[in-house]
Amino acid sequence: MSGTVPRKYHAAVWNEPVIHQLSNEGERGVLLPSVEPGIVEAVGAAIEYIPPSARRRVAPALPELSQAQVLRHYLRLSQQTLGMELEIDIGVGTCTMKYSPKVNERLVSRIAEVHPLQDEGTMQGILEIIHKFGHVFLKEISGMDEFSFQPPGGSAAAYNNAAMIRKFHEVNGELEQRDEIITTIFSHPCDAACPATAGFKLVTIFPDPETGLPDTEALKEAVSERTAGMFITNPEDTGIFNPEIDEWTKMVHEVGGLCSYDQANANAIMGVTRAREAGFDLCFFNLHKTFSSPHGSSGPGCGAVGVVKELEEFLPVPVVVHEDGSYRLDYDRPNSVGKIRDFMGNVQVVLRSYAWCMAMGAWGLREAAEISMLNNQYLEKKLLEVRGVTKPYSTERRVDQIRFSLQRMKEETGVGVSDLNSRVIDYGIQSFFTSHHPWIVPEPFTPEPCETYSKADIDYWVSVVRKVSEEAYSDPEVVRTAPHRSSIHRIKAEPLNDPARWAMTWRAYLKKRGVMR
Amino acid sequence: MVFCMDDKGFTHPYIPNSVPSVKEEMLREMGAMDAEELYAQMIPDRLRLKAPMDLPDPLPAEQDLRRHVERILSSDVTCEDYLSFLGAGCWQHFVPEVCDVIASRSEFLTAYAGGLYSDVGRYHAIFEFQSLIGDLVEMDVSSIPTYDWGAAAGNAVRMASRITGRKEILVPRIISPSRLSIMSNFCHAVAEEDRIAINFVDYDPKKGTIDLADLADKISSKTAGVYFENPSYLGVIEDRCGEITKMVHDLGAEAIVGVDPTSLGVLSPPGKYGADICCGEAQPLGIHMLAGGGSCGFLASKDGEKYVGEYPARLMSITDTVEEGEFGFGQCRFERTSYMARENAKDWVGTTVGLWAIVSAVYMSLMGPEGMRELGEGIIQRSHYASKLLNEIDGVRIPFDQFFKEFPVNFDSTGKSVTEVNNALLEHRIFGGNDIFAEFPEMGQSALYCVTEIHTKEELDRLAETLKEVLR
Repeated sequence: MSGTVPRKYHAAVWNEPVIHQLSNEGERGVLLPSVEPGIVEAVGAAIEYIPPSARRRVAPALPELSQAQVLRHYLRLSQQTLGMELEIDIGVGTCTMKYSPKVNERLVSRIAEVHPLQDEGTMQGILEIIHKFGHVFLKEISGMDEFSFQPPGGSAAAYNNAAMIRKFHEVNGELEQRDEIITTIFSHPCDAACPATAGFKLVTIFPDPETGLPDTEALKEAVSERTAGMFITNPEDTGIFNPEIDEWTKMVHEVGGLCSYDQANANAIMGVTRAREAGFDLCFFNLHKTFSSPHGSSGPGCGAVGVVKELEEFLPVPVVVHEDGSYRLDYDRPNSVGKIRDFMGNVQVVLRSYAWCMAMGAWGLREAAEISMLNNQYLEKKLLEVRGVTKPYSTERRVDQIRFSLQRMKEETGVGVSDLNSRVIDYGIQSFFTSHHPWIVPEPFTPEPCETYSKADIDYWVSVVRKVSEEAYSDPEVVRTAPHRSSIHRIKAEPLNDPARWAMTWRAYLKKRGVMR
Repeated sequence: MVFCMDDKGFTHPYIPNSVPSVKEEMLREMGAMDAEELYAQMIPDRLRLKAPMDLPDPLPAEQDLRRHVERILSSDVTCEDYLSFLGAGCWQHFVPEVCDVIASRSEFLTAYAGGLYSDVGRYHAIFEFQSLIGDLVEMDVSSIPTYDWGAAAGNAVRMASRITGRKEILVPRIISPSRLSIMSNFCHAVAEEDRIAINFVDYDPKKGTIDLADLADKISSKTAGVYFENPSYLGVIEDRCGEITKMVHDLGAEAIVGVDPTSLGVLSPPGKYGADICCGEAQPLGIHMLAGGGSCGFLASKDGEKYVGEYPARLMSITDTVEEGEFGFGQCRFERTSYMARENAKDWVGTTVGLWAIVSAVYMSLMGPEGMRELGEGIIQRSHYASKLLNEIDGVRIPFDQFFKEFPVNFDSTGKSVTEVNNALLEHRIFGGNDIFAEFPEMGQSALYCVTEIHTKEELDRLAETLKEVLR
């Protein structure tokens, strides 16, 4: 591995203008079919059907470009984006940047023009796939009984679970009394923010500062008759698996609360351990993480929710049910939380995940988990040889990822994780995921080497961190002034937060720069 | 079976380190016989599965997998196979090829949350999405999109509630039930005093527009915001938007408007008639229906601290770099998001629909102002042509005449239910309009028909002829 040399990548530099600057009056990117003469003869001009007060008087200031020019512009922007398929995306931990098989895109194109309100008889195939993905695959992987794929992302699933827990206590007449949700600081921020949006108060448990283990004594003090539920990740962002997790769920159950398991990333425990045995009532999986659907520049995704039988009645509608040999959408669920997302959610994401699971099978899913775990052990060993990198907390074995720290490097060189993060891209790897806030681990970064990556890939990734570490100790300025080979130079950050200068649209930018149009 | 637990010779194409010798070497380095030995050091015995999962035999060969999935989907019908008049929140529009080309670019398809120096193009494209939406609605701020129109409306009413410190929202009584349900979830809370009450404003039974007298009765200094749609859920064009927003502002409330962007080449933009916050659905802008998977909610507003500080979603701002004449992009006021503030954030944010933001930016750039005008005009001419034909059929009635692309069709006088009519149309390979009888019983046996630029005269004639036949 010592022979691995980081390559001097350089991002594409197109210095592309904002698309409005490419506009030329009169150009057209696409034409629509003309309205046939028979229609025009029958109805006349469109404007007659718009009341004068409702008419648009001034055309929208959209740019005018020909087709090749639009394509070129967005192709150039795509080239200035470091997508996962182009690089070794180990740095973005908690997100499981795994390979999304290309064949699944072809399969998705089959449902492109399906309308969600079509007669059920005309979409038995896609309903079968949705149903089987839940009742065959997720049932076995999680041990849960019933599923919904309506939540369109992981946070949306956490929000769905908060809404379901709210409904559960409401139906039981206990909502007024139960207004607290417990979470841990190393659970994803959505596990705090979603219950808060649903109206709950949050109680956050911090880990044992020595071991990093979730603090069971703190939980004992937190649970009470006010506890509505617990939202928790396991393994946590530190990669530490809470070995007393079944005790935790038991303690919450004993005071009458429900337990929601954030399994956004369950990649290294598929076929190893399940929500059911750990005592959870609800869980969710991010299909755009563990189950291979592409991340799509941040969605569309799916937070696939699984629940125990007792909570089935609260799931959002519709639920796909299988009866008498056919599939149908069941809306008749009086205690349902209703809707979290319109229609059935991101069905194409479920289709890809079904295909991925069919390509893997029981052996393949377990193998993906084992290799992810092993890759993490391998990465740890190599990374801890890099100067300035430490692994906080004494808990030795970590499952799928580790929250490392560059605090030592920061103290010794002045170079911290944000500098490093700007420098690694000069060697062709994506910026790291550091940590959500607050930064309990100082100067944090959280790599996750899932099963997609080979030993050579991991070696390359570590070689970049090593290289940047060497630079930090020998020539810190080169790291502090990075990136040097990006599509752009360093930005001026102050205008982003200044009301007089921030601009979320081109029209606002022109106004603030005093340009009329 | 070629693929089983003890088949050590097998390597999965998605897992490079599943090469048995590689895996064994990695295990050896860890001093373990097998992975289970390592898992035992992390996860207690009582929580570890003791048997392999019971799942169907896998299809690791791509060709087998494709055949298997395609066989399951082969019986499904799409709106390209049948003639469809379904809408109600998901609409069939023309998708230019360039949209699909950009949607399938590896860089965009597989990026996630990279940094501002590594994902410059993604940041840039998102900024353009916000800008183009801003142009359509004539508002200065727009954010990264959210899941769907309902979520955007839910975010909007919560913003209004925080801005005004008030706990009541008025919405039209005729509203998409799904959208209302999503909003209701956003407005509900644990404690009574934290809940945002949703109260309804009636509609003019003749025109289908908002009943301004009823609005005047209901609105008060307790109202945080009034949410209305243009066109409405039933397709009706609202013609007194300026009067509505004035009534709202007179009481210190926020005017929130939901729009279908395909109408904005011809209908007045919300920014023009006094909207403070605007939301809607970008799926019609170059995104396939995908059985409902194409939804993309957008949110826009006036500029300034008052609004910007309340967005739950990320906001992409343009800025300069140290190089003269070069743009950079970054997030504005990131500390208000739940990524920073956890339970103290402005609601929550997460992975939404970034890819659709990029695709709809491509669409709006291709269409330009002229394309959007032609789109709007072409839709109106076609939808009114269709309604004219249907209105001539015995027993069929079109209750409202001031509409954009959707309109209810009432079958009461035909003696047939919408279910019967739609089942009969299905036999003729036509998806009739969505049945709204259960949603709004007062509308009688009515279906919501949607006509867009994809429909030809021949197809609209065919609908009318077929309806005549099945109603005979």
